[in-house]
Amino acid sequence: MGRPSRRWQVAGLVASFLLLTTPAFAQRRAPAPKPPDNDTCLACHGDPAFKSDAGRALGLDPKKFAESIHGNLSLACIDCHTDLKAAVDFPHVPKLARVNCASCHQPAVDAYNLSIHAYARRQSATSVAATCADCHTAHEIRPAKDPLSTTYALNLPATCSRCHGDPAIIKQGHIAIGNVAALYKDSIHGRAVTRSGLLVAANCTSCHGNHDIRQKGDPASRVNRANIPATCGSCHEGIKTQYAAGVHGAAFGRGNTRAPVCADCHSAHQIQRADVSAWQLDVIRECGTCHVNNIRTYRDTFHGQVTSLGFVRVATCAACHGAHTIFPSSDARSMTSPGRVLSTCQQCHANATAGFAKYDPHADKHDRDRNPLLYYASTFMTWLLLGTFGFFGLHAILWFPRGFSERRRNRRAPPPGPGDDGGAEI
Amino acid sequence: MRETAPVFVRRFDAFDRVLHGFLMLSFLGLAATGLPLLFSDEPWARAMTRFLGSFEVAGWMHRVSALILIAVFSVHLSRIGRRLINGDYSVLWGPTSMVPRLRDVTDFVGHIRWFVGMGPRPKFDRYTYWEKFDYWAVFWGMGIIGFSGLLLWFPVMFAHIVPGWAFNIAMMVHGEEALLAVGFIFTMHFFNGHLRPEKFPMDTVIFTGRVSLDEFRDERPEEFARLKREGGLQAVLTDAPAPWLTRLGRTIGTIAITAGLLIVGLIVYALLT
Repeated sequence: MGRPSRRWQVAGLVASFLLLTTPAFAQRRAPAPKPPDNDTCLACHGDPAFKSDAGRALGLDPKKFAESIHGNLSLACIDCHTDLKAAVDFPHVPKLARVNCASCHQPAVDAYNLSIHAYARRQSATSVAATCADCHTAHEIRPAKDPLSTTYALNLPATCSRCHGDPAIIKQGHIAIGNVAALYKDSIHGRAVTRSGLLVAANCTSCHGNHDIRQKGDPASRVNRANIPATCGSCHEGIKTQYAAGVHGAAFGRGNTRAPVCADCHSAHQIQRADVSAWQLDVIRECGTCHVNNIRTYRDTFHGQVTSLGFVRVATCAACHGAHTIFPSSDARSMTSPGRVLSTCQQCHANATAGFAKYDPHADKHDRDRNPLLYYASTFMTWLLLGTFGFFGLHAILWFPRGFSERRRNRRAPPPGPGDDGGAEI
Repeated sequence: MRETAPVFVRRFDAFDRVLHGFLMLSFLGLAATGLPLLFSDEPWARAMTRFLGSFEVAGWMHRVSALILIAVFSVHLSRIGRRLINGDYSVLWGPTSMVPRLRDVTDFVGHIRWFVGMGPRPKFDRYTYWEKFDYWAVFWGMGIIGFSGLLLWFPVMFAHIVPGWAFNIAMMVHGEEALLAVGFIFTMHFFNGHLRPEKFPMDTVIFTGRVSLDEFRDERPEEFARLKREGGLQAVLTDAPAPWLTRLGRTIGTIAITAGLLIVGLIVYALLT
């Protein structure tokens, strides 16, 4: 009784073993199920010319990857492309999950998520705003200190310019400031970086930060109006201190949002050397946007007229008032204070005397209290002009028709010629 | 008196004509280099200054023109002075003097009456009231613009003598008076002397010095009668100006009037915009 049943037992075991193991056998063409290594991936993707059927570039340069920081750290492809960890069948599915840098770089991604780039991405599914790879590249990432890195100080402007200098992307992204790359390139900072290779010169991130580039309207933005002196002052410490002491910096310190900050006079991206004429002339206009009366009276002077014509060999606002350390003339530190005004004039008018310095460089011919003599002289001149032109204008208007008939009479009178315009009244 | 060849009357001698030529030249130079400052926010002002090179170049042209004008003025004054020294007081009063007299007032009233058809044309003498106004306007302008201009040219030096506010007034007056002078010469003087219908397009007497006897008798009957009465007519009779002189006068006149009207156009454009 026992034997047949035992035989069946053995048969059942064999059958079930076979049943269980047959599918495993069927798959047993490759080695045991373990994640693909880099060589596996590079078998296809190691050809830089490798493309998908749709034409999308899928290749990379294995050498460059090996030299990258991730290559140096011997990271595996699947450390980033995590959904391939379990892949056993190749070619793998065409669409992979987006690489999540945060799995290692959580603080950087957290910062990025506060940025205008992330904001734009959240606002629109079709946004092309920069993600990690747009600035850092995908497979050739190098540390920012590496001169070959896209985020190296001297390379960074070019990296940002890939979008911020591309008219199509600027249009698509509604980037209000426009082609900022071109503006920066011509600035003193841009020239220092791109021409002189000066590492300490401001590049994009020096002012805007790197991962958390915020909108300037955001109070936490480094380029928010309230933070500009601090941002510029992070390099220009000495000027920041001077500015803070001056009338503008003091007003700014009190929270006066209309007080000028660095960028109002120097611009943000087109910062020029302070000795460039065109910029000096622009600053005069800039001063005039707040100091409306002062620029009006300045334009009445030779100084103001010459600068208006586009020349700066004469006094500009800053020539007399200073640039960063402007004080009201009631303040003894002011260049225009009674104690210092003469030496201020003498900067240009070497032999100027105290009497010379009594000239009012902002005399207002309409202000009777400030400049009474000028006011009366000007009023007299106005009436003299109106009177003369009015009188002789009327005189000419009355004369005109009479002159016409006179001309006709003269033509007719002396020699009574044949082709006469006869018949005219006298 | 009406013979074959046209008879002319000599009105200005060569010296005065050359002097007037330098006056025109320097005045146009001053206007062209000074007005860009007065209208410094106008695009044409910038263009003109750039055309000249720079404001420094314009400034030196302005100063050179000013020196020419001062020289013209000085020469004129010295000529008058010499006449006075020689006992010729006709420059101070009388019909050939530029000094206004009662006759000018009656002439003016008569002229206005004639304009509106209420009376005959006054019988003008050598200098009409509007010519005297032109003359004294330049005289006054020379004083005002000339002195204020020197003040602005040498401010440090003059600051030893005059107070600081004098430069404020000098600056304002120099500009306003310049506007008056330029505006007056390029509109009223041009109209009264050249562009009015009787003279249009121009009177070349200041270039040729000669005016035809017919025109002279018609325009200045009082002077004609006086010369005839006093027997001085023969002395001023002359023949027609040389054709080249008339042509030269026309050319200079055309250039000057065109330049002047162009400047007036720019000023009017600036004032309207």
